[in-house]
This record gives sequence, structure tokens and C-alpha cells, in this order.
Amino acid sequence: MSYSDGTFVDVLQFLIMGIQRGSIYAMVAMGFNMIYNSTGIINFAQGEFVVLGGLMMVSLTMAFNLSIVFAFILTVLFVIVAGILMERLTINPVKEPTVLRLIIITIAVSIIIKGAAMCFWGKGSHYMRHFSSTEPLDFYGATILPQTLWIFAILLFLVVVYVIFFNYTMTGKCMRACAINRDAARLAGINDRKMVMLSFALSAGIGAIAGIIITPIIQMDYARGAMLGLKGFGAAVLGGLGNSMGAVVAGVLLGILEAFGAGYISSHYMDAIALVILLFVLFIRPSGIFGSSEAMRLKEF
Amino acid sequence: MGGKNSVGFLILIIGIILIPFMVTNDYYLGVLIFTAFNCLACIGLCLLMGYAGQISIGHGAFIAIGAYTSGILTAKFAWSPWLAMFCGILIVIVIAFCLGIPALRLKGHYLAMATLGFASIVHIVAVAAVDLTGGPSGLVNIPRLDFFGYVLSSDKQYFYFSWSVVALGVYIAFNLINSRVGRGLQAIHGSEDAASSLGINITSYKVQVFILSAVFASVSGSLYAYYMNYIDPGPFDVSHSILLVTMVAVGGLHNIWGALIGAVFLSLLPEFLSFLSDYLQVLGIAYQPDYDTLVYGFILLIIMLFLPEGLFKGFGNITQFVRSIFKKFSKRASDRVK
Repeated sequence: MSYSDGTFVDVLQFLIMGIQRGSIYAMVAMGFNMIYNSTGIINFAQGEFVVLGGLMMVSLTMAFNLSIVFAFILTVLFVIVAGILMERLTINPVKEPTVLRLIIITIAVSIIIKGAAMCFWGKGSHYMRHFSSTEPLDFYGATILPQTLWIFAILLFLVVVYVIFFNYTMTGKCMRACAINRDAARLAGINDRKMVMLSFALSAGIGAIAGIIITPIIQMDYARGAMLGLKGFGAAVLGGLGNSMGAVVAGVLLGILEAFGAGYISSHYMDAIALVILLFVLFIRPSGIFGSSEAMRLKEF
Repeated sequence: MGGKNSVGFLILIIGIILIPFMVTNDYYLGVLIFTAFNCLACIGLCLLMGYAGQISIGHGAFIAIGAYTSGILTAKFAWSPWLAMFCGILIVIVIAFCLGIPALRLKGHYLAMATLGFASIVHIVAVAAVDLTGGPSGLVNIPRLDFFGYVLSSDKQYFYFSWSVVALGVYIAFNLINSRVGRGLQAIHGSEDAASSLGINITSYKVQVFILSAVFASVSGSLYAYYMNYIDPGPFDVSHSILLVTMVAVGGLHNIWGALIGAVFLSLLPEFLSFLSDYLQVLGIAYQPDYDTLVYGFILLIIMLFLPEGLFKGFGNITQFVRSIFKKFSKRASDRVK
């Protein structure tokens, strides 16, 4: 196949777009998994962390004219604080948690964040300058934005940090211990409450990073949280809930399927594609493509 | 229907009869008609959430399907509104059945996400299938309901009609709760394993209630379409499904009256807030309707944290508390007299 072949370029272009979208879903899914592993909760406000990150970054870079790096750090810290506040104020005080109650509480938090974002940032979508040049690069005939390369690089970086953190640091190992068996971890002297708080903080941080890096491309608005959260959850389930490396692969896969669906089927139904996949996975194989159904049965919902 | 519930039902009927005499403003009557639609959907959702213990964040989708079936069949194919509504119910039954069987095997979070995903898909289709639904610009020329040629033209007539349907819904719900199925459902809510060991077919019961609750939502959607004479995808987005869950949760999950109170409370809240905003303006606080979402969120959060049984039970607890204090005082007073 030569480079000038139209279909090859199309396929390549869809692939790039797909991986770019998928990277965001992967990060949202990693956020879901962190909280799920430490608490067994699906945080319905996960998409809202992404929105919060994106919008805060818009304000800091566009209104306050801070440098990208400085604004990046401030934004991530801001959303981490929001995540910690959420855990301290709404999850921690619940003495008799039931699944239904916890779901509704995280929904309430998502409504509050969405409402607050609408009050502060308004209903319009916000433009943000790219990290580096906006000049598209040529890649075997397809075009690729430098911002897209930033997204790939940051996802890769996050995955490496994730692996190092959970495999080679004491705190990461403690968090994993809590995920496997909370009572046993507590007996071994791990402060499980602190680990839950940490998981909310890290999950909020990852959400914020996802929001920051995608905002220059999609132009963030306050109402995007639900859809981002839903698709991120799709990636988390597809990869096997709780399995973060599975979620990364599944997220990228979901993004690619979505991009090809939008290109070859219909762009109007693009958002529906990921959701239909989510429903099919839930109905046919709720343990995901990488999870074992055996382990699934042991988990609490 | 038991003693307390009959009294409640009587109060509901009297309220329905009297309210149009007190509320003469057409705007507020319209708000109360919308409240009836929400109540109807919430009764169904309460049966599912409170009595069967299953969460659905997708009931806005069934409302949309009811509304669009009614709208399309009457406006484009000139069907009778009643037949179109019935057709909407049939379609919803089929969809709820197909969705319910695989979905209700899922528990907790998975079911919540599956129904939420379903709601988003229906909304996307309503926006994208322009030929059928009119897309974002909507569907016009939907007729009003009529009884053998007698058209429900005024808001007052529609108020009586829609609230009569709500009363009928309450009646059906209580009949269901006090039936064999209802007791089975409560057993499922208590413990699925125990219920199953007593010979209750869990999946079948859950699917039945899921379908019934979807039918409530569908009727609510059809009535909405006939009242508005126009529908667009806006009111049927995911946030409406979330709002319905909020209504049921705020009022009280485990009680039909709670769901009704929650639906009425949250449906009237925007009116109350805009009324309040005039006073806040005097105090120098510029309250805008945009803040409503924030207020909803905080109300839901506070109720879930401090009154997880909902307002209905919460009121009960508060009155009990007040009564106990009152008793203490009266006892002290009578002691003093002695």
C-alpha cells in the first residue's frame, strides 16, 4: 500500500483520532479503578473531575496568563483538593453505607460540581491554547497535532508512574493491599481510611490531567462530565473493573472503535457507539475482556 | 390499601379536587401539571428502587420513548392519541423486557451504569434521527387528548385528567405492594438469597417491576407530549433521568408517598427559588435560575447524608421528636399542678 492511497491515509487518520480519544477514556477509567479498588464504589463524579481540570486550566492559562507548566501543577492540585474534600465530607461520614446510598451520594456530588462549574464558567465552551504549536505535523500522509503527541506522551508517562508507584513504593503497595483485602491490610497496620482518601486524591488528579490535556482539542464546557464519565466507565468495564492496565488498553480500543464508527458509519451516532459497546460488554461479559468471570463473582457490588 | 394509606389517598383526592379552585393562575396550573408527569414517573421508579431495590438512571429514556411514540404516530400518521399512547406502552414493554432481562442480572453499580448508558443512547437517537423525531428542532402538531370528541382544551381540564392518572397510579402501586408480587419484592430487597431459597423467582419478579415502572414512565411521556403539543430532545437528556432518581431519593425510597412528596417538592422548587430570589435581591444577593442545579445537588447530598430514609420518614421522625418533647413538657406541667 502506498502512502498516497486514500483509504490508507483515512485509516491512519482515524487511528490517530481514536488513540487520542481513547487516551482520555483510559485515564478516566484509571481514575474509576483507583477508587473502586480501595472502596468498592463507582464514583459517578469521575467525569466531573475531568471537566473541573479542563475549566480550571482554561482560567489559569487564558485569564491569568500563567505558563502552561505552572498552571498545570496548580490545576492538578486544585482538583486533588476537590477530590479529598469529596471523600472527607461525603464518603467518609457515611456510617451505614449501602450501594444505592453511595451511588446517590456520588451522583449528588457530580450535580454539585456540575452546578458550580456552570455558575463559575458559564454555559459556553472554552477555548484554550495548545501546549506547543498548533501547526499540524505530517505523518505518512495523515496529519497529527502536536497536542495529540502531548496526549500520547502524558498517557505513557502516567502508565509508567502508575506501575512504579503501585509496584515499587510502600504507599502504592499499601493501597494494593487494601484493594485485595481491607481487613487483612488493617491488621497489618495499614491505615485504610488514609488509603481511601489517597485513592480519591489520585483519582481526582488523573481526571484533572485528562481534562487539561484534552481541553485544547475539544473545548471544554460544564456539561461534558456525564458523557466522559460514562465512556470512561465503559473502558473500565471493558478492561475488567479494577484492572488499570486492562483499562488503558480497553480505553484506547474504545476510542479507536469510536473513531472508525464515526468515520465509516455515522458521525451523528458517534457518542452512541461507545455506549452500545458498554451495554454489550455489561450484558455479555461483565468481567471485561481481560478479567476472569471467576474473580468477578467474588467481588462485591 | 391499609388504614393509613387510605387516609393518604383520600387527602390526595381532596387535594386534586380543591387545588384548581385555589390556583387560578394558568402558569402555576401548568407547573402543577408538569408535577403530575413527574409524580407518575416517580411512582414507577419508586416501585423499582424502593421495593425491588434496583436502581435505574434510565427512566428518562422510557419517558422519551412514550412521548416520541405518541408524538410521531399522532403528528405524522394521524393516529388517535389513545391508540398512540397504547402503542407507546407496548413498545416500552418490549424494550424494557429486552433491556431488563440482561440488565437486572447486573447489580448495583453495573445496573446504574447500564441504564444510564441506555438513557444516553435514546437521547442521542432522538437528536440524530431527524427524519423520525425532527431532531433538535423538535416535533410539532401533536394533538391534545380527547374523550370521544370532547377535547381537553383548558389547563384545568388537563390538570384534573393528569392528576387522576396519578391517583390511579398510586392505587395500582399500593395494590401491587400488598399483593403476592409485592411481598416477594420486599423479600428480594431484604435478601436475594433468602428470597430465592423460599421459591421466589427473583429475575422474573425484578423484570416484571422494571417493565411496570417503565410503563408508568411511558404514560407520563405520552401525557407530556399531548399537553405540550410539541416535543424536542432537550427535556429527555440524562440529567432528567438523574432528576427522577433525585426526586425518589429525596422523598424517600421505601414509600410511594415519599416518592410523591419528593416529586412535588423538587418540581415546585424552581418556582419557590425564583420566588425567594426576589427577597434575596433585596438583601443584595443576586440569585439566578442557573444556581438551581447547585441547590438540587446540595439538597440531595444533605438528605442522603443526614436523612437517608428521605423527607417522608424524616418528617415522621421530626414530628415524633416534637411530640416526645411536647409530652415531656405536658407531663412536667401536670406534675407541677399535682
